[in-house]
Amino acid sequence: MNDEAGLPPELEDLADVVAMLSGLSRSDRIETLIGLAEGFREVPERVARRPFPEASRVPACESQAFVFAEPRTDGTLDFHFAVENPQGLSAKAFGAVLARTLSGRALAPILALPADLVESIFGRELSLGKSLGLAGMLLAVQRAARDRLSALSPSSATFGNQELKSTLPRRNA
Amino acid sequence: MSDPAARGYVHPEVLVSTDWVAEHQSDPGVRLVESNEDPLVYPSGHLKGAVEIDWARDLNDPLRRDYLDRAAFEALMRRNGIGQDTTVVLYGDKNNWWSCYAFWIFQLFGHRNARIMDGGRLKWTTEGRDLVRDVPSFPASGYNAPERDDSKIRAFRDEVLAHVAAGLPLVDVRSPEEFSGERMHMPAYPNEGALRGGHIPGAKSIPWARAIVPETGEFRSASELSRIYFEEQQLPRESDIVAYCRIGERSSHSWFVLTYLLGHPSVRNYDGSWTEWGNLVGVPIER
Repeated sequence: MNDEAGLPPELEDLADVVAMLSGLSRSDRIETLIGLAEGFREVPERVARRPFPEASRVPACESQAFVFAEPRTDGTLDFHFAVENPQGLSAKAFGAVLARTLSGRALAPILALPADLVESIFGRELSLGKSLGLAGMLLAVQRAARDRLSALSPSSATFGNQELKSTLPRRNA
Repeated sequence: MSDPAARGYVHPEVLVSTDWVAEHQSDPGVRLVESNEDPLVYPSGHLKGAVEIDWARDLNDPLRRDYLDRAAFEALMRRNGIGQDTTVVLYGDKNNWWSCYAFWIFQLFGHRNARIMDGGRLKWTTEGRDLVRDVPSFPASGYNAPERDDSKIRAFRDEVLAHVAAGLPLVDVRSPEEFSGERMHMPAYPNEGALRGGHIPGAKSIPWARAIVPETGEFRSASELSRIYFEEQQLPRESDIVAYCRIGERSSHSWFVLTYLLGHPSVRNYDGSWTEWGNLVGVPIER
């Protein structure tokens, strides 16, 4: 695990992002996150088109975020996002980070990501609603990873929290 | 949509249009104040001359769950160059949800000369108007504020209990899923900050965003708002109303609508809201 953020060692790129952000002042962290939001790339049309399916919507996200998982032939996933609120910069920044650092990575470590990843990236000054929405994006990614693992190897479905799989909307991965 | 002054509001003077703001961006008697939920939004670009007031860092007590006190409010106004006579124009993201929250807190300190820019950031940017990244600074003012007055527009837990016991009306402005408690029963989702789901008995469910035209972020006309609040939901036009949500920010938006746009004489915002009520031992809850 990454000592500071409790991240699985297999997710080195994500750990690097978290470590980089944690060393910045508040204003530099914000500028960096804005830069990440500006680099956000919406889900490609080959994966999903508007109107995006409700099953892909992150329920607790006020920025109207959608999460999509595209299978790779090696069994991993590419993660894609859409954020319908043009002012949803934090959702775009988080989507950009998750897409860049989790796509093509082993699925089991994704399930082991801690719930406070949002705080590690954004700091502690988020509203409750904003925190819930961003945490919902991470949970949707984890659900897609769990579904993929389960499809590849039914025995692997015993990994992690079974409630997650049974209660979240199905992903069209 | 039409000019705010032509929509039949009881107090149209609390709203200014984007046109008005564009004409007054350099007016020394006007201070533009952006207040958002998302901390990335203001630094990414804002109206020229606008300062930022952040709900967490600027408006809340850093230790207790409460708002800033008189000394902190005075310091906030002074460092932003706001005098008692300055016309403060608030605007922000989320259809002015957070700017209405700031507006409500300004009223706890009696700053009457405050306005909301109708449509907020959404309308300004949709109209293709300029944003800048320069953070302005202004000479400090000598702002003197009265003590914060929580007695008229703020409701506390025991007052809400008495309000419920008296059968008086409440407005729950959260989403239908929060009102029903459904979201609390989705185990894989983050905790909503409360141990129990549902709503305060007797509350009407009127989600805050019903007051907004989604395409433009503008407030609906007085006749449309009256139809929603007074006719469809049968809220009384006179007796005390308590509005609440999760922490009091969305309900400050509905408080603004009821108080200024519809002219209701007695609306209080219960900022303890569901994160307090849903954690209290022994209080009544409906689902």
